[in-house]
Amino acid sequence: MVGVANVSRIEQQSTVHGTEELVINMGPQHPSTHGVLRVILKLDGETVNDLDCDIGYLHRGTEKIGENITYTMFIPYTDRLDYIAAPSNNLAWVTAVEKFFDWEIPMRAQYIRSMVGELSRIASHLLWLATHALDIGAMTVFLWCFREREMVLDLFETAFGGRLTVNAFRLGGLHEDVPDKFLQLTQEFIDIFPSRIDDYETLLTNNRIWLQRTRDVGIISAEDAMDLGLTGPIIRGSGVSWDLRRAKPYAAYPYLDFVVPVGENGDIYDRYLVRIEELRQSTRIIQQCLEQLPGGPVTCKTPRTIKPPEGEIYHSIENPKGEFGFYIVSDGTTTPYRVRIRPPSFINLGGLKKLCVGQLVADVVAIIGSIDIVLGECDR
Amino acid sequence: MDMALEIAVAAIKIFIVLNVVQLVVAYTIYVERKVIAHAQMRLGPMRVGWHGLLQPIADGLKLFLKEDIIPDKADRIVFVLAPVMVLVPAFVVYAVLPFSATFYITQINIGLFFILAISSLGVFGIVMAGWASNSKYSLLGALRSAAQMLSYEIFLGFSVIGPLMLAGSMNLQEIVHAQSDVWFVFYQPIAFIVFFIAAMAETNRAPFDLPEAETELVAGFHTEYSGMKFAFFFLAEYANMFVVSTVGIVLFFGGWEGPDFIPLPGFVWYVLKLSVFMFVFIWLRATLPRYRYDQLMRVGWKFMFPLVMLNIFLTGFLKYLFL
Amino acid sequence: MPDEVVENSEETNGAPDSGETAEEVKTPPGEDLKEVVESAFPGAVLEQSAYEDHEDETTFVLGVDSLVAVATHLRDHGDSLFKLLTDLTAAHYPEAENPFEMLYHLYSIEHNRRLRLKVRIKEGQAVPTVSGIWTSADWMEREVYDLFGIEFEDHPDLRRILLPDNWGSHPMRKDYPLEGRGERIYTKPTRKEIGD
Repeated sequence: MVGVANVSRIEQQSTVHGTEELVINMGPQHPSTHGVLRVILKLDGETVNDLDCDIGYLHRGTEKIGENITYTMFIPYTDRLDYIAAPSNNLAWVTAVEKFFDWEIPMRAQYIRSMVGELSRIASHLLWLATHALDIGAMTVFLWCFREREMVLDLFETAFGGRLTVNAFRLGGLHEDVPDKFLQLTQEFIDIFPSRIDDYETLLTNNRIWLQRTRDVGIISAEDAMDLGLTGPIIRGSGVSWDLRRAKPYAAYPYLDFVVPVGENGDIYDRYLVRIEELRQSTRIIQQCLEQLPGGPVTCKTPRTIKPPEGEIYHSIENPKGEFGFYIVSDGTTTPYRVRIRPPSFINLGGLKKLCVGQLVADVVAIIGSIDIVLGECDR
Repeated sequence: MDMALEIAVAAIKIFIVLNVVQLVVAYTIYVERKVIAHAQMRLGPMRVGWHGLLQPIADGLKLFLKEDIIPDKADRIVFVLAPVMVLVPAFVVYAVLPFSATFYITQINIGLFFILAISSLGVFGIVMAGWASNSKYSLLGALRSAAQMLSYEIFLGFSVIGPLMLAGSMNLQEIVHAQSDVWFVFYQPIAFIVFFIAAMAETNRAPFDLPEAETELVAGFHTEYSGMKFAFFFLAEYANMFVVSTVGIVLFFGGWEGPDFIPLPGFVWYVLKLSVFMFVFIWLRATLPRYRYDQLMRVGWKFMFPLVMLNIFLTGFLKYLFL
Repeated sequence: MPDEVVENSEETNGAPDSGETAEEVKTPPGEDLKEVVESAFPGAVLEQSAYEDHEDETTFVLGVDSLVAVATHLRDHGDSLFKLLTDLTAAHYPEAENPFEMLYHLYSIEHNRRLRLKVRIKEGQAVPTVSGIWTSADWMEREVYDLFGIEFEDHPDLRRILLPDNWGSHPMRKDYPLEGRGERIYTKPTRKEIGD
């Protein structure tokens, strides 16, 4: 049947006809890479043999920008890093710069900062739960989560005028006091929110398919998690009780009572449980903030031009996605000499290979979801 | 002369069935979108017509007018043939489905066998589509669906044996008549559960929608398809849902026959039962996450296969004892 | 009572108490960590500093040669246990004798402490990789290589990470122009380069 010429061609290409790894390109436009992330997978059947991440599609040189504008001007740029939880980034930057000075930040501002920080944690975790569940195929959770995230964004709008990139805080406190309506709406939100968390859990927590998809998948031990520099809910899911809100308290966290949830096995399911519990704890923190909220001014007396003394500081806070820090070198002028952003997504994504090799393609999707990355901050 | 008349009648019936089915399929998509939308606290299609009632027609027009893209390196002939290979078996099966005591296209004494045989051809179209697209996502999707549909075909086949043993016939009409006293679902609950799960897997519906798992494989085997060719796959999926629902109704729920004390025409009973079936399909899609490939296989071979074998054995044993 | 106050102000790393600084004989923070290093590698810590005596800002300047050994020691020693490499980055000081400064931010979960290691290097000088000590350094060193052009010896996979592979320069250097085309030469990659 096959001509002589064809036979020799097949012989030449004999390597092609043997077993071969299938190289598959996931992204940069792919439904479940959560942004412009490109993952190059080497598959043996459906098993992942090797993996390489291609990032940088969203690189905007934020660090370079930060080195050429003043300390105050950089606040809105931090919104664009982890745009899912913009107020958290603002908080990291303002607390980092305030470390240069010995300003007395008014307690009212500190409480509002903690409260808004927790609201942004809720917003971020809701988006994570929504997309994570969608990746595993539970699409109803997706829209239920967005319903509540919408309420959080409305709260931001009431308080600061912006919804996604809010530019919430200023050096030394807040731009102006939040309206009473914000406090009232926040109270209404946290009154209904716990029952909504129960709703999500009825769909997922004891769902057999959900358990099969998440349990014993993407396991990372505590030692490996530290070695890979993983922070935030991932390392807590592996059983390390470490939360910067507790370890290095900032804003009003020293005065607030909350539990740091930890997992046991470090699999996707534990990370899911940790984040769900964090949602509940955030609600508790906001409730305490509302109850304890003192009156008074919301900003301290700050100089007209912010000129930190010469020196270098590193300050980080517990962002929804992990440790989010700034390393700032000041040369005594109005612009920082060096701004370094310590991005949790970037470093957590570095652990993807370790988590994924040996798993199935379907698990890669679930694992990316459980790491909870945002590419704006990963690529900076 | 008789022959000509027969052919003419059959042609008219086929014409009616095909068109009605297409329209109903289009509106099933509308119902699905509405039901899922309300499960997810949103409204679904609202713009075209009253509460979006004309949406399916708009969608159909859109798919008709869309540019029909064939990828450069695709195998053109197979690529074009594949959607047809999926759609034709899905519609051919309608030839033997009984919609009521009097309305059906034809009646053959191997009806059920015919359905199983023809509907299993659909997988060829899917594999062809995945192969011809020359895309890795399509190929993976096709591989998955080949494995999935071939495995679940087996459970589907075995699960209908129980009711067949009770009815003693493969003629769908006679199976319905055999249930005039008690629906087979009460005699054959295990068979029904296996049948229902296998049916979901056969039609690639959630939670078994791995071949087109959009978050993993973009759109699986039909990633590269657009326009009418894509519509063919879409129609076939829903047409297949109708087929398995109808088979389920005929085998386990007494077909078009309802309880005697509620005098309703047979066709209405059929539509009612069909609606319940379709609603459950849609409801499950809104609720459940997706299985993983190896888990799907494990569920099939380690759980459903022994179960359905046990069921056949039990049925035979009890029938031998009591009948 | 006065003793207690002094202890407190050190522990909480609050703002330094301006009234008492004159009388106090303050030990700079990180003295104990220095001992940990010096016990194994005498003279390894070339400089020691901390911004306004914040304990978290403890900084050790190390030599390039002793970096890997000291870092390994700091990770494994019971009194330091810096198992987490929080951050790895660099800074560019064009006028300095050693224009590049490598920065390693370490964190110990057990002791809840931070430590910053610094290594100053010359233009074109390579730094030994620490990715063998902390795997997380892999990507961060790639980023430094990408944005500063600092090479790492024995790095398992030293490629650009954020910018395209054929980007001509290193944007985080201070001499990188902010406007115009400058040195930003970008050529369309050939098919061979993409690996197609």
